[in-house]
Amino acid sequence: MALHDLLLALPITFATLWTILLIVVEATAKRAQLTFSLTSVGFLILITMMLFPSEQGYAFGEMLRLSPYSQFANFVFALSGLLVITLSQSYLAKENIHFGEYYIIVFIATLGMMLMASAAHMVVLFIGLEIMSIALYVLAGIMRKDLRANEAAMKYFLLGAFSSGFFLYGISLIYGATGEMTLFKIGIYLQENSATSLFWIGLSLMMVGFLFKISAVPFHQWTPDVYEGSPTPSTALMSTASKAAAFTALITVVLNVSSQTENNSNWIFALSTIAVLTMVVGNIAALSQDNLKRMLAFSSIAHAGYMLVGIVAGSDAGYSAVLYYALVYSLMNIGAFGVIALIEQQRELTSASDYAGLFKEKPLLAGVMALFMLSLTGIPPFGGFIGKYKLFAAAVESGLSWLAVVGVLASAVSAYYYLRVVVFMFMREPQAENQFEGVVLNPTLVLIALLVFLLGIFPTGMLRFAGEAMKFAFNM
Amino acid sequence: MIESYLPIFIQIGIAILLGLLLSGLGIFIGVKRRTKQKLTSYESGLEPVGAAKHRVSVKYYLVAMLFIIFDIEVIFMYPWAVSFRELGVSGLIPMLTFGLLLLAGYYYILRKGGLEWD
Amino acid sequence: METVSFILFSFLGALVMVGSIGTVWSRNPVTSALFLVLNFFALGGIYLLLEAQFIAVVQVIVYAGAIMVLFLFTIMLLNLDDEQALKEKFDLQKGFGILLGGVLLVEVLYILGLKINLPQKSTTLTPVEIGEAKNIGRELITNFLFPFEIVSILLLLAVVGAIVLAKKNFSPNT
Repeated sequence: MALHDLLLALPITFATLWTILLIVVEATAKRAQLTFSLTSVGFLILITMMLFPSEQGYAFGEMLRLSPYSQFANFVFALSGLLVITLSQSYLAKENIHFGEYYIIVFIATLGMMLMASAAHMVVLFIGLEIMSIALYVLAGIMRKDLRANEAAMKYFLLGAFSSGFFLYGISLIYGATGEMTLFKIGIYLQENSATSLFWIGLSLMMVGFLFKISAVPFHQWTPDVYEGSPTPSTALMSTASKAAAFTALITVVLNVSSQTENNSNWIFALSTIAVLTMVVGNIAALSQDNLKRMLAFSSIAHAGYMLVGIVAGSDAGYSAVLYYALVYSLMNIGAFGVIALIEQQRELTSASDYAGLFKEKPLLAGVMALFMLSLTGIPPFGGFIGKYKLFAAAVESGLSWLAVVGVLASAVSAYYYLRVVVFMFMREPQAENQFEGVVLNPTLVLIALLVFLLGIFPTGMLRFAGEAMKFAFNM
Repeated sequence: MIESYLPIFIQIGIAILLGLLLSGLGIFIGVKRRTKQKLTSYESGLEPVGAAKHRVSVKYYLVAMLFIIFDIEVIFMYPWAVSFRELGVSGLIPMLTFGLLLLAGYYYILRKGGLEWD
Repeated sequence: METVSFILFSFLGALVMVGSIGTVWSRNPVTSALFLVLNFFALGGIYLLLEAQFIAVVQVIVYAGAIMVLFLFTIMLLNLDDEQALKEKFDLQKGFGILLGGVLLVEVLYILGLKINLPQKSTTLTPVEIGEAKNIGRELITNFLFPFEIVSILLLLAVVGAIVLAKKNFSPNT
């Protein structure tokens, strides 16, 4: 392990060492507050690292691939991690689960995601996926005394382990078919040889694993139960960063096998069917949900569908749109779950009608929540709009206009349930006096709202980053 | 080569046969007197109370789980140990790093009382 | 020695079958677990036949050893007194299971029937040498150094997760 490799993969080296530090400090001091501060510092350092251009190339003997692509993805993960832990603190304290370990596990989950985004070898990809998934299983079940959280964790674990099995089986079959585990070597093999059926079986099995992690239909059944049962801040991480990680890894894999998937009608048909089903089922099921967490769970399924549209498009524009959307979606969804967590910890208010009159009592909080809802719908001038626009534009460019039409129609359906929350907050009278007393607005939420707003108004800078991330992604 | 395992397989076979033979002999040539006293769980002394199966504490599970984690760590050491001479110092450093990283886990368990019974 | 390995394979394969059928069939969970041990051991033997010595050792030490301990503890934790309660009727779930099993069987047969030219990896090692612990160790320390080191993070996560989820009297202030 040469020093050069360690420096090249600095974000990952740093995150690994910081994890050790966090564990040792937590074991020694046993103070959750201290661990929280140190974890935030770790995330801040990671975010800063991502803002500066760095050397690109392969590290550790073609195990990791450091590029603007992984840099962009790591930025999304570290930012999500930081936002999630700052929103978690009061919720955890209220639920009496304010363990320092919570922050450590969030940090390790982020490390796993970073490995997935930087993986150049399927073994690293799998280890990253497992680190992320196992961390999320623990986060789902961290409310040890809560029966529903336990059920959610159990469900998530069993189904997740099952899908990991599929993923691993797919990897082994692809290895069998191509004789390579390094992604770009698989790409070279596939350019020189035709793909065997063994390869296609392997790729399909890997896709099952990916589709499970992004909760695409028909692998979505676990999502509502798990999202509803888990502690809300954990759900925020589960529904955003982990999906972003699965998408970045998916793009890496798809790009390397692109000689087989490009202009392959079967592939496009299969993937676009899944994208359509995911958008339609997610949005329609969300319509009938009264519980906000369940509604957001179904809507997160729909958002996975939108992002799949970018994958189906199969162009650099599509992939960079996915990257951009992953960033915006992570921000707005973490924000929405953050608001829910804030209100949930004061009163057991979970359904949309409970939010009636929020504007009267807490105007700023209601405004922030409304902004997230509007952005999730995809209404300009918020970040969600630009993201969706780029995704659907990429589909049109690749000659899949019908897919874009379905996407737009699905978004129109989603307006109903997102705007319903807004209507309740602004136009209805509160159900009881001082319903929301004691709810203190977390400044982080305002920051997230500001970011979502800025990403909608001045998207060019970030879009350029996302575009450049794709341009330099795999041309080595 | 599979032939080289033949002695082991033969030994396993003999062990199984011997076990079956010895316990079988007892059944066939042993003298059996089925009195009530002889059929109790403890022929003399304690009266059996309750069912044999009862729920064990979750504490055992934690110990078992920690055991597995370190068992897996040790598994990684076998192939390294076998090629230790050949790899020399260049093999020692990675294994030390691996061990040191996991030492943090051991320290964590100790401090958090994972090995304490109460 | 083709015949020797054939006889051994038939014997071990039969043991694997007996083990797995016994695991599903027996009503007593402890008996199920013991059948699973038999299954694991026989599978280890098959790995040996495939010249994968190291995998065989891992199979016996980790699976038949450590994992089985967990299985038995779980059974004892759950305290399944009433084995009859586990008896299932033929329902949708079971039908679905049979369907899936059938699909899997067809898949396996299909793959067996495929004539696929697998790419040959050029290597100086014979199959026997590849399976040796010595060579696996060398690969682990050289080519697969990074995954090997990063697995320690996975294990650390497992340690922390196990303590957080399963430690008795674990509260925020300890």
